[in-house]
Amino acid sequence: MAFVNLKKKEVQVKIVYYGPGRGGKTTNLEYIYAKFNERIQTEMVTVKTHGDRTLFFDFLPIDIGKINGYAAKMQLYTVPGQVKYNATRRLVLRGADGIVFVADSMAVRREKNILSLKNLHENLKNYKKSIFAIPLVFQYNKVDLAEQGIPLLPFATMEKDLNSQLKRPAFEASAVTGSNVVPTLKKIITMTMASIKDELK
Amino acid sequence: MSYALGQKQLDSIDEILQTDLVDIGVHCVFLIDMSGNIIASLDDGENKHDIYSLAALAAGNFGAVSAMAKIVGEGEFSLLFHKGKKENIHFSKVLAEFLLITLFGNDLSLGFLRLKVAESVEKIKKILEPIHTP
Repeated sequence: MAFVNLKKKEVQVKIVYYGPGRGGKTTNLEYIYAKFNERIQTEMVTVKTHGDRTLFFDFLPIDIGKINGYAAKMQLYTVPGQVKYNATRRLVLRGADGIVFVADSMAVRREKNILSLKNLHENLKNYKKSIFAIPLVFQYNKVDLAEQGIPLLPFATMEKDLNSQLKRPAFEASAVTGSNVVPTLKKIITMTMASIKDELK
Repeated sequence: MSYALGQKQLDSIDEILQTDLVDIGVHCVFLIDMSGNIIASLDDGENKHDIYSLAALAAGNFGAVSAMAKIVGEGEFSLLFHKGKKENIHFSKVLAEFLLITLFGNDLSLGFLRLKVAESVEKIKKILEPIHTP
């Protein structure tokens, strides 16, 4: 949950990148870290296993300037995507104000996307939050793989699988090249800040 | 879902942290919520740390230890303390949603620190109690 510091005129917001394992959540943060280096005063924190997979979370704080006179600090987190790490995934989700769901566009990962979204729904319920109420943006990642002839799911199929009921903004993206990474981030920031604007008077 | 704290409340918290903890010689103290947001932070002016990263990791760490406690049939591990060669970290839960983290050197005994932390936690509870959190 967002914290508004009326003394320092500062608002801290938690945005979580969620999705199946090896979907590109960490890559999103790494691109943002490289791109907005001058706005980020700290190192990106990552808790990884030997196999370079996220064990606990990645963390990146980013200052986005002033909104309604408040200095806005976005705290970006990723969750571990692998199914077996649900306990830590749920911990990271605690107090999330906005979520980016990074789905894998590869045809072979279709079921993993659906299961991960279902898992998000259940974990949010655990905190008495509804997936229908929380600011959420979809990112269909890895579209760059089409050039290498890897079968991808078309946008319409991804939408039908994941977004047919939720009807949230969705971006086709490539976290590796950076394509649509920043628009995804901007969208979730806008939606999240709109959801807490009543606190910023 | 969000919550706010005003100038008066934050000033009171700063004062408690300053007189009860910084003045007795802790290096750095900060109050965070379980989402990893920093509510207040103070240091002795000599020991600067990246508190945003520390806060995120501390909230995660505390959550992980709580989950471990539940698995082994404990409600909670009441003492959470990391000992280093020069720097030690002490964690204390404040109500259900907040965490007070203290960094201190070897010149301060753990017993005395725990006593002072417990005192400040009681005072901070009174300020934070009215805030409704889920």
